[in-house]
Amino acid sequence: MSGYYFVTMAALVLTAFFISRARAGRLIKGGVGQLHSLPNYHGLFAASAVFVPMLVIYAVGAPLLERFAETQALSFFGTDAASDALHRNATLRDIQNLVAGQYTGTPADALLEAARTLKSTLWWGNALIYGVGVLAGLLAIGLSVGRVSAAFRARNHFERLVVVVLLLCAAVAVLTTIGIVFSVLYETIRFFFDPSLKGRPTVTEFLFGTEWNPQAAMRADQGDIKTAYGFIPLLTGTLLITLIAIVVAGPLGLFSAIYLSEYATGRFRAWAKPVLEILAGIPTVVLGFFAALTVAPLIRGWGAYFGLDVASESALAAGLVMGMMIIPFISSLSDDVINSVPQSLRDGAYAMGATKSETIKQVVLPAALPGIVSAFMLAISRAIGETMIVVMAAGLAANLTFNPLDAVTTITVQIKTILVGDQEFDSAKTLAAFALGFVLFFVTLVLNIIALTIVRRYREEYD
Amino acid sequence: MHTMVDKHADAVVHAKVAVGLPTPKVSAKDVNVYYGEKRALQDVSVDIPDRGVMAFIGPSGCGKSTFLRCINRMNDTIPICRVTGKITIDDRDIYDPKLDVVQLRARVGMVFQKPNPFPKSIYENVAYGPRIHGLSHSKADLDEIVQSSLEKAGLWNEVKDRLNDSGTGMSGGQQQRLCIARAIAVNPEVILMDEPCSALDPIATARIEELIEQLRKNFCIIIVTHSMQQAARVSQRTAFFHLGSLVEEGVTTEIFTNPKDKRTQDYITGRFG
Repeated sequence: MSGYYFVTMAALVLTAFFISRARAGRLIKGGVGQLHSLPNYHGLFAASAVFVPMLVIYAVGAPLLERFAETQALSFFGTDAASDALHRNATLRDIQNLVAGQYTGTPADALLEAARTLKSTLWWGNALIYGVGVLAGLLAIGLSVGRVSAAFRARNHFERLVVVVLLLCAAVAVLTTIGIVFSVLYETIRFFFDPSLKGRPTVTEFLFGTEWNPQAAMRADQGDIKTAYGFIPLLTGTLLITLIAIVVAGPLGLFSAIYLSEYATGRFRAWAKPVLEILAGIPTVVLGFFAALTVAPLIRGWGAYFGLDVASESALAAGLVMGMMIIPFISSLSDDVINSVPQSLRDGAYAMGATKSETIKQVVLPAALPGIVSAFMLAISRAIGETMIVVMAAGLAANLTFNPLDAVTTITVQIKTILVGDQEFDSAKTLAAFALGFVLFFVTLVLNIIALTIVRRYREEYD
Repeated sequence: MHTMVDKHADAVVHAKVAVGLPTPKVSAKDVNVYYGEKRALQDVSVDIPDRGVMAFIGPSGCGKSTFLRCINRMNDTIPICRVTGKITIDDRDIYDPKLDVVQLRARVGMVFQKPNPFPKSIYENVAYGPRIHGLSHSKADLDEIVQSSLEKAGLWNEVKDRLNDSGTGMSGGQQQRLCIARAIAVNPEVILMDEPCSALDPIATARIEELIEQLRKNFCIIIVTHSMQQAARVSQRTAFFHLGSLVEEGVTTEIFTNPKDKRTQDYITGRFG
């Protein structure tokens, strides 16, 4: 049904466009200058005048119709079918299967009746939507074609519509973010304050507790497992691994960016930069088993050589490989910002007798600093949010330690561990994931704010 | 290569005029510049006196800026650019491999077409050169250099209360005078100016021209300009470039009132360019 609707809509939109454009075109007698708007704009205005109302009618009508039809169909069953969600859905599925001819067995009379009602309501409803839509489209064509005149400001009207469309696109992104934040926030509040949850921690226990063990004793014979939701070990683990990653990737990425943009020949740059960017395209799961199977044993071997006791899953291994992962972010973005520093600034420094390295250190890098800081921030955000590498290489043991040779765990690893498998959303353990997610979001937010402040403080504006 | 030179030899009218200078500050002999295969300058020979303003005029793409950038070896930064011939400053060959280009540029300052102050404070802009060349021994020294450079550039009174403000926040004319202050802070002997007023309004231009008038007492200034009026106003000697060759060079009033070459005459009377 919706297929017919959209085909008709497309036909009407095109009709409106061509009729209006042709009409406007006929108005040109002594040159285009007599028309306020070019014929194309008259066409576009008419097309949007058809498109927007028809889309709105469908977008509002279709869901309304569906609800109405379902309520009608359900009225053949008892009241519990309408109130109990589970029962309701099962009944609806039966009805729909019957309508589609996929019902197995002999349907009850009520079911047959309901299916017949659903089918006819939907048919009439769709016909109504189609009729109203087409009527609105034809009306729009009539009105917009009637408005075509030399003085009509079709361009202004159409461009206003374009602005609205752009605004809606921006709003979708913003609203999605807000929606995610609030849904996580809602579950987090439940985690801390819902009285029906067993074993939930207080906010203080969560934020300042030094022990993390979300596993609760399921059966009496499992003994005395102490449940604890202190997130400090996860935070230190996350920060430790991120720190190692940035210590690895910061200098490597920045220096390679300086080399690529200031010293490398064009030919070297032309193939080196894409190769570096391929590094960003390696799936993190591949990097993860590279960390767990290659890097970790290597570090363990070296540690043994120096007489150090290295855990087989160490923060160092995960951090090193995560550093590898974020090098391209730093190098590629820094390379872009260094390249965008105007040549005139470099010329100015050279003309003062500055050497190449003085020019880079004292003029180019300060001018590129805001961009370089954003590159670092993006890389750090990636490192904090990265899951697969740490799952494989860092382990699950929530040790509160700053020793990079120990096994640690991160916020992301714990979220993944909690949510893998079957969950019940009325237990504190599952909801802890939302609290962790919220804290993770908050940490990245704070880091971004700090970075923005730094950038604003040390910004050196050129142009 | 020499057959090419001969082909253009008869076009060079200036040679006899230029040789007459007693002690040239800058002297160029048979300078050729190539960008890859393209020859941008052909056998330019010119003597430039100390203390005074030399103007290079000519239509766009005639090679005047290219020649200017040979004098402080700014063309070194362009990989495909190659310079042949000889340029001397005080009889010292500046393309001598033993000469350090950093020291050369400390002696030959440059001001660019578009004001390009560093994205630093006004003070740091002027202090930049003295710092990298180690010209000051104390903060007081540096303060003094900064103040006197800004005074010479006629900017001190406008900026003395906001030396820590960003140099890029000033007006275009102020930025260009800041660039001049930055250039003279290392006390160069030659100042190259590549169309220093082309991005400025007439009032700012007038201020820069006044400044050039002041500076010419102490420096050898070489200015590239598109404006013939400007060349006539500020310079004592003028060289006319056309299609990569130096067509004619001499005392400014001579060039403008009594040009020897037909092409010079056509250009200054506005028949082309």
